[in-house]
Amino acid sequence: MPHRTFFWFILPTALAMILFIGLPIVSSFFQSLHIENEQVLMEVENCDPFGCTTNVRVDVEATEKIEAENPLGRFNGFGTYTDRNHLAFDEIREAWDNTSSIGEFKDIVLNLPFYKALLFTLTFCFAVTPPVIVLGFIVALSVNTLAKSLKGLIVFGTILPMIVTPLIGSLVLFWMIDSQGIIGASIQILFDDPNLSLKASSNLTWITLIIYGIWHNTPFAFVVFYAALQTVPQDPLEAAYIDGATRFERVRFIVIPHLYPVATFIMLICLMDNFRVFEPIIGFSAEGVAQSLSWMIYQDLRNENKMLFGSAGATSMLTILGIAFLLTPVLIRTWKEFKTER
Amino acid sequence: MNQTINKYSKQIIIVNSIFILFWLTISIFPFIWTLWGSFKVKADFFSRADWTYALSGFNTLIETGATTTFKAYLESWTEGEFGRATMNTMIVTVSVVSISLFLGTLGAYALSRSTFKYTFYILIIALIFRAMPHITLVSGYLFPFFQLNIWGILPTTIIVLVAINQPFTLWLLYSFFKTVPKELDESALIDGCSYFQAFRYIIMPVMWPGVVTAGLFSMMLAYNDFTVTALLLNQHNYTMVPKINAYLGTVEYGGNYMWAVSSVVSATAPLFMIIWFFQRQLISGLTAGAVKG
Repeated sequence: MPHRTFFWFILPTALAMILFIGLPIVSSFFQSLHIENEQVLMEVENCDPFGCTTNVRVDVEATEKIEAENPLGRFNGFGTYTDRNHLAFDEIREAWDNTSSIGEFKDIVLNLPFYKALLFTLTFCFAVTPPVIVLGFIVALSVNTLAKSLKGLIVFGTILPMIVTPLIGSLVLFWMIDSQGIIGASIQILFDDPNLSLKASSNLTWITLIIYGIWHNTPFAFVVFYAALQTVPQDPLEAAYIDGATRFERVRFIVIPHLYPVATFIMLICLMDNFRVFEPIIGFSAEGVAQSLSWMIYQDLRNENKMLFGSAGATSMLTILGIAFLLTPVLIRTWKEFKTER
Repeated sequence: MNQTINKYSKQIIIVNSIFILFWLTISIFPFIWTLWGSFKVKADFFSRADWTYALSGFNTLIETGATTTFKAYLESWTEGEFGRATMNTMIVTVSVVSISLFLGTLGAYALSRSTFKYTFYILIIALIFRAMPHITLVSGYLFPFFQLNIWGILPTTIIVLVAINQPFTLWLLYSFFKTVPKELDESALIDGCSYFQAFRYIIMPVMWPGVVTAGLFSMMLAYNDFTVTALLLNQHNYTMVPKINAYLGTVEYGGNYMWAVSSVVSATAPLFMIIWFFQRQLISGLTAGAVKG
């Protein structure tokens, strides 16, 4: 296809992507270099019969003027990146100097908002992915043995958790595990502890979120494994059968090696998708004990008084950095695939 | 031979059936429970005294005079303006699907037919774009959108969702067009068609299976989106998902909680029905998408 024709075909989609994916990333970066305007303060003298007092007040007019001149705020360089709410270099240095043991230092660092969020995000990613792969594989194997007439219905049932948006999915589960919901109440009866609530302790909340993550992501792993199972070559299976291999041995030594590349791929996609975990935190009302990087951005943008564009931009950039880290193996894989295709 | 290999012993069949039943319970039961509970009052669905009230509708009977009630549905659709949110979702979904397919088919066709090296780089960039968390993009949108005064309205959200959706659509349709034999449109070109004519008269009639799959994914993205719609729309223009979240935020009175429950049912039911019909396409797309990113 000549360059000219190609250009016209690709133009609309390229334009959409550049304007609404490329530019926002650049815009986020610029925002992250700026910080909100300072409020102009002025001294006001209040006099009453008992004497005069001076108060410091916000000069609304002057503040608004600065705001209108400089809507993005003032330039701050990489200041936002290193402040307390992000990488917190000063706080870490201080903690390093003032603590005697590693445990103490770790406690302080992991209580800084950014590191707290990073810890949750990574824990979520790495706790959800392995069970998803194992469970997805088992369900796929299991569905694969069913009679054809049943398969359609069961596949439909299996993929439901993936189809609903994470917010709705987490709400549906949240209502059940609520201390007044069916599962929550049953657990209370089971452990004979009327105050037991999955929402009460931070560990239990994390576990709940992780279980939700597994519930939501397993169908994806299932579908991919299920499709891949159809491509397992029959000849080696037959040969192994003749040689007397048991069913388990056939799965272990023929099917699993065949699905190995698929499994790594599911793992990468899962890690990448879960790195942006955000909606379940809202759905489970778990903001108090579990914050993720994406949730931090949302919070900055939802700020009641003023949207913190600088802070949100900085967190966004750091999140993208994390994604880039996870994305590299996927890119390398795609690169290789392309090379072999040509 | 195949028959002997694939013959299962009784034990395997039993264990397998139990496992499948167990799995189906986990994946389906929460939805059935929510559907059932949406016809009760809050005191039953979240029953402090006894969870079996949710089954029998004990308080529902006391409060409304029957064991099932449509109160939550009626109120959320009238007072809660859920109808408006549904309308908005429909507008957004239909627009996003049609625009994104229009842009996507053109782009993906060109990518699949060009032999130059830059196609590879375009696809890699699309892959990188697809991995971007939506919330980081939203943080980039808000400021310029406020400045341009286009925040809060549906068209902005539609175009943003189309753009966010493009990378995946491009990859999906690209791998689909790769399977359409080149000879088909090449012969049209030899006969004197322009590339656009070849696309219009030769490719368009055979591209529907791929387009249905891509359309299904665009639909799911637009229908399910929370991050973009919650932050880019004003309250008045909310689509269903942010609306449900808004019901939860306002806890002035207990009824709102049941509004959210009934709205979850209203929002999920159509989606499940669509997926029921297009299950095959969904799975083929997931597999292609999974292999290609």
